[in-house]
Amino acid sequence: MKKKKTKINYAKWGYRFVIPFVVVYVVFSLIPLLSTFFYSFFEYYFRYGGLEKVGPNFILFDNYVTLFTEGMFFKYFGNTMLIWIIGFIPQVIVSLLLALWFSSTRLNIKAQGFYKAIVYMPNLVMASAFSLLFLKLFSNNGPVTNFLLESNLISETFSFVDQKWTTRGLLAFMNYLMWFGNTTILLMAGIMGIDKSVLESAQVDGANSFQVFFRIVLPLLRPILLFVMVTSLVGGVQLFDLPQIFTAGSGGPEMGSMTVIMYISRLLGVSKQYGLAGAASTVLFVMTAVVSLGFFFIFYRKEVITSKSEKKVKVNE
Amino acid sequence: MNSSRINLTLQKIFVYTILSIMALFIIFIFYTLLVNASRSHIDIQKGFSAFFGDYFGKNLDKLLANNNINILNAMKNSFFIATLTAILSTYISALTAYSIHLYRFKGRNFLFVFILAVMMIPSQIASVGLITILYSIGFVDNYFVLIVPAMAAPATFFFMKQYLDSILNFELVEAARVDGAGEIRIFHTIVMPLIKPALAIQFIFSFVASWNNFFLPSLIIQSPNKRTIPIVISLLKNSSPDSFDLGPVYMLMVLSIFPMIIVFLIFSKHIIKGITLGSVKG
Repeated sequence: MKKKKTKINYAKWGYRFVIPFVVVYVVFSLIPLLSTFFYSFFEYYFRYGGLEKVGPNFILFDNYVTLFTEGMFFKYFGNTMLIWIIGFIPQVIVSLLLALWFSSTRLNIKAQGFYKAIVYMPNLVMASAFSLLFLKLFSNNGPVTNFLLESNLISETFSFVDQKWTTRGLLAFMNYLMWFGNTTILLMAGIMGIDKSVLESAQVDGANSFQVFFRIVLPLLRPILLFVMVTSLVGGVQLFDLPQIFTAGSGGPEMGSMTVIMYISRLLGVSKQYGLAGAASTVLFVMTAVVSLGFFFIFYRKEVITSKSEKKVKVNE
Repeated sequence: MNSSRINLTLQKIFVYTILSIMALFIIFIFYTLLVNASRSHIDIQKGFSAFFGDYFGKNLDKLLANNNINILNAMKNSFFIATLTAILSTYISALTAYSIHLYRFKGRNFLFVFILAVMMIPSQIASVGLITILYSIGFVDNYFVLIVPAMAAPATFFFMKQYLDSILNFELVEAARVDGAGEIRIFHTIVMPLIKPALAIQFIFSFVASWNNFFLPSLIIQSPNKRTIPIVISLLKNSSPDSFDLGPVYMLMVLSIFPMIIVFLIFSKHIIKGITLGSVKG
């Protein structure tokens, strides 16, 4: 009887300890998130340079219609995904390679701590300052451009910052530099978690290193690869600091580096178009969720199938 | 046997070469930044240099004297916001993780799954709604709205939960209870010292995230004297007169980037160990 009483008491402490987190999250993240969706159905902005408030008036899907017909939303979304994917593909490949090297007992790499620290370092650097640094280095009079010009590697008219694809490429490269160290360390932890005896028995059975990698290591890394992909995607769709500083908010040549969040930030700027910004955010949210779930299914479909067939086998037995 | 040994040596040479090129490339970027901060504008325009100039002090003086940029004030603001954010978010996340780890209360599992799910929501989408609400009620241009929302950090919570799962057992808490310690005291005097490494790592991560944060501050802060470092950097467009002299511009980048690099180099071992704890188990 007495024991029961103290148990109830402890549960009360459980509630007390989570209250600050829950209250702050609900008030400052959950309600704002829901109100982002909510205001996307309202006409709500400020006229005359932010002086006169219009709305909020309920207009259902008008903001979405505006977004899809007048706005450049899909172009900006395409830019965002393009910059993300150009950086992400080398990021995964290089990180996987580095992780395999670092965890290989055969290669037995020395000074690992040093290499890992160096490749991880750019992750902690202020993105806006990093972007400004690249802008200064790659600008038309910048040292990189001058160096390449003097070595006759590029023509006189070449410019990193005045062309759509070079700007996108540099932004993707910066994103890659900032994240490949992080991914390497995550993948390494995944590889170290693989049972060594599985790999050894495969080698005893005569599998070569390619077979071991593609048939055993890669499938076992699936959960961590999914984690890397989804977190990178969530970060990628929010790309803002790098292109905002690099193009001074303009979106770069032919608006080719204008990202969705840059567009939203512009909508929230002087004219304060809360309704339209809400609609753009909602579409971005839905698209992120769809792509994330897509990754999830691609990664786990196989497992579902195999576990089903295993069940069948068991039933047959 | 012999040929496979040669093979291994060749592989090793290849791997070390690639690794060294990568490392040198990254070091070169930050080294160039440091070198250029010590050169005059004319020297910087001449191109790369392997050697430091003697303009370090002059560039620093010029930057500090620029009242438009007011870098000292921006650093002070960023430091204040980042410190407070890091302390509060680390403490509250640890408290929440401890509660879910230890107590068996109703809704515990729901809360855990919920926090994991919202980790995957792009945070800037919530910021759009937050900005709409804040401007509607006129509560902008203050640090409160930069610090408080960051207090409930799902990623920090998840990290703490993983750490507690691996280190804290019930017997320890039971023993403290038998000795008559209250629940709050147990958390502060027994649990917090036990998870000190995790607290330190999360403090650093939260501090860095807040120090580097640009999106929300750029839309919330209006007064020039409340600007943080990333906002100051965004003012340095090519056309702005403050960016004509490249020396102070490089100095500004040094002051915004190198504090984090120094902290990282001191704690790099612990930080790198800590990254993996915050993700799914392999």
